[in-house]
Amino acid sequence: MTLDIASPERTAIAPDAAHALYREMLRIRRCEEQLVRSYAQGLIPGACHTYIGEEAVATGVCAHLRPDDTVLSTHRGHGHALAKGVPAREVIAELFGRATGCSQGRGGSMHLFKPEVGMLGTSGIVGPSILMATGAGYSFKLTRTDRVSVVFFGDGAVNNGAFHEGINMAAIWNLPVIFVCENNMYATEVAFASVARNTNVAERGYVYGLPGIAVDGNDVAAVYTAAGEAVRRARAGEGPTLLECRTYRTRAHSEGMRDVGYRTKEEVDEWKRRDPIESYRTRLIADELATDDDLRGIEDEIAAVIAEALDFATHSPWPDAATATAHVYSTT
Amino acid sequence: MREMTYTNAAREGLAEEMALDPTIFVVGEGIGERGGNFNTTLGLYEQYGPERLRDTPIAERGFVGMCTGAAMTGTRPVVDFMFLDFILDALGELINQTAKIQYMSSGRLKMPITLRGCIGIGGSAATHHSGNYYPIFAHLPGFRVVIPTTPYDAKGLLKTAIRSDDPVLFLEHKSLLNTKGAVPEEEYFIPFGEARVRRTGSDVSVVAVASMVNKALEAAEKLADEGISVEVIDPRTIAPLDMNTILESVHKTGRLLVVDEDYAPCGIGAEIATQMMEQGFDDLDAPVRRMNAAFAPVPYSQPLETALVPNVETIATAIRNLRAE
Repeated sequence: MTLDIASPERTAIAPDAAHALYREMLRIRRCEEQLVRSYAQGLIPGACHTYIGEEAVATGVCAHLRPDDTVLSTHRGHGHALAKGVPAREVIAELFGRATGCSQGRGGSMHLFKPEVGMLGTSGIVGPSILMATGAGYSFKLTRTDRVSVVFFGDGAVNNGAFHEGINMAAIWNLPVIFVCENNMYATEVAFASVARNTNVAERGYVYGLPGIAVDGNDVAAVYTAAGEAVRRARAGEGPTLLECRTYRTRAHSEGMRDVGYRTKEEVDEWKRRDPIESYRTRLIADELATDDDLRGIEDEIAAVIAEALDFATHSPWPDAATATAHVYSTT
Repeated sequence: MREMTYTNAAREGLAEEMALDPTIFVVGEGIGERGGNFNTTLGLYEQYGPERLRDTPIAERGFVGMCTGAAMTGTRPVVDFMFLDFILDALGELINQTAKIQYMSSGRLKMPITLRGCIGIGGSAATHHSGNYYPIFAHLPGFRVVIPTTPYDAKGLLKTAIRSDDPVLFLEHKSLLNTKGAVPEEEYFIPFGEARVRRTGSDVSVVAVASMVNKALEAAEKLADEGISVEVIDPRTIAPLDMNTILESVHKTGRLLVVDEDYAPCGIGAEIATQMMEQGFDDLDAPVRRMNAAFAPVPYSQPLETALVPNVETIATAIRNLRAE
């Protein structure tokens, strides 16, 4: 089964759920904007890969997950960590290198871990997360639970062998895994169209014998609807799903990097006009799911959350240097 | 005490653990109904079925990555590579993920994964089925590396490996698989990091790894007739490495030879020699010596293959020479 992107059915989303989607996208956006400012101020010593423009994907998928479900993700994983339940204060503190960060200062932008909420790690290597998520699905099936495993990866991962090997294993063993491809058209700065003859990722599902569904990744309602069905299938023991979300990164691959020579300003501007948060805001009001006051209330709430998160990170202690070699092994 | 082969002893250890813990599962090529190319899982499929004895596609990278994710989420995979050479397709997963996840998660995720495979030169297995590779893993933080040489050790160390929350390489030299030895009926475990003195002696200490243990013992027996007293130490695990047993031995003998079928550069002999110098320089009456495979990929034809590897004669000569230094 391969559905076309053209006409995603609009499923009725209750006002509370719709507000939650808006709130979560905004929390990711405002957290990212804060990280951009902090990076410019020299407060982030390493990389900073923002998720700005892609918020609808993590939000729409993770809205269906329980804390005991798991997520594995990419080098562009702040949004996934936040949507899976990592507090913004722990993400900012992690990028600042503080002991209170979600990885206790061991990870930074590319290695966000918080197993307590099912965040099993973002990754600096493209591909492996697909395999590890397949393994989480194997555990959940073997231990007779209804937990589900989600992995986010970019278009850059789908021509990597891990995609082939992982999806094939999930399909043959009918594992509860949702493979979410965030097709943002560029693997760092290499255009997907230049490395794939067929740029329809969802179609690849058919090849491995699992459903492949493509949705507008800038439409949170479309992602939410498609992911809801994928999660339901996985929980019910009906197997894995490949979900392609077509979206766009509107900032540079990494903060501070030169962002020219591989895409045009016109293309970036066009996608900025399709901003997932702005467009959802307009739609919520048009569909009478929220009033402008409702949404301003949410915006104020998120501004306070991010201000508190920044204050928390800024005043957090550095890790104790004596712990630099701790946790290499489970026992000493 | 009953006698059993190395393979049967290891399989008994696996079977005992699988009976106790339903989260243990084995993956590999032909380890299901067939029972494994080296009989590592013979008879277990009938008891536990395909979910726990999982035949895989030929996708080492894939199933190693998959088992890494499984180990992070509450199950205890045993990856059976058949020939360890096949692990090389999965090095990226092993080194970047399997070995590092515990550290990256600040100990909140565990990595209880056993990675077993047959190693070693012999039987014209040729270039792609004769590798040793253990120094690669001993070099890196995160791995345990276990190389048992007797049926007793194979069973006790495999049980410890499966119960460990760390990734453990469990490496079985092909020439040892059918060797027999005493294995008690009652349950036992062998801790990592405890070498075993296989023969006591006073003139020269020999640390031997994998199949070289038996060859060193044979050489020691031969040299006893010449009045040379050789102590033979089997480290059993090279990560962690029990350096104390080696230091105590050299304190007595003043001379150390490391015999290892793997290559010399950056190998286990280099590591032991360095630690010996750092921690026991004053005990040495002669330079530490190494014997290793010749520095070449492993060839097929017997005269070529034999030429690569230390044997009882060459080991005995090296010991004589070292004693004379």
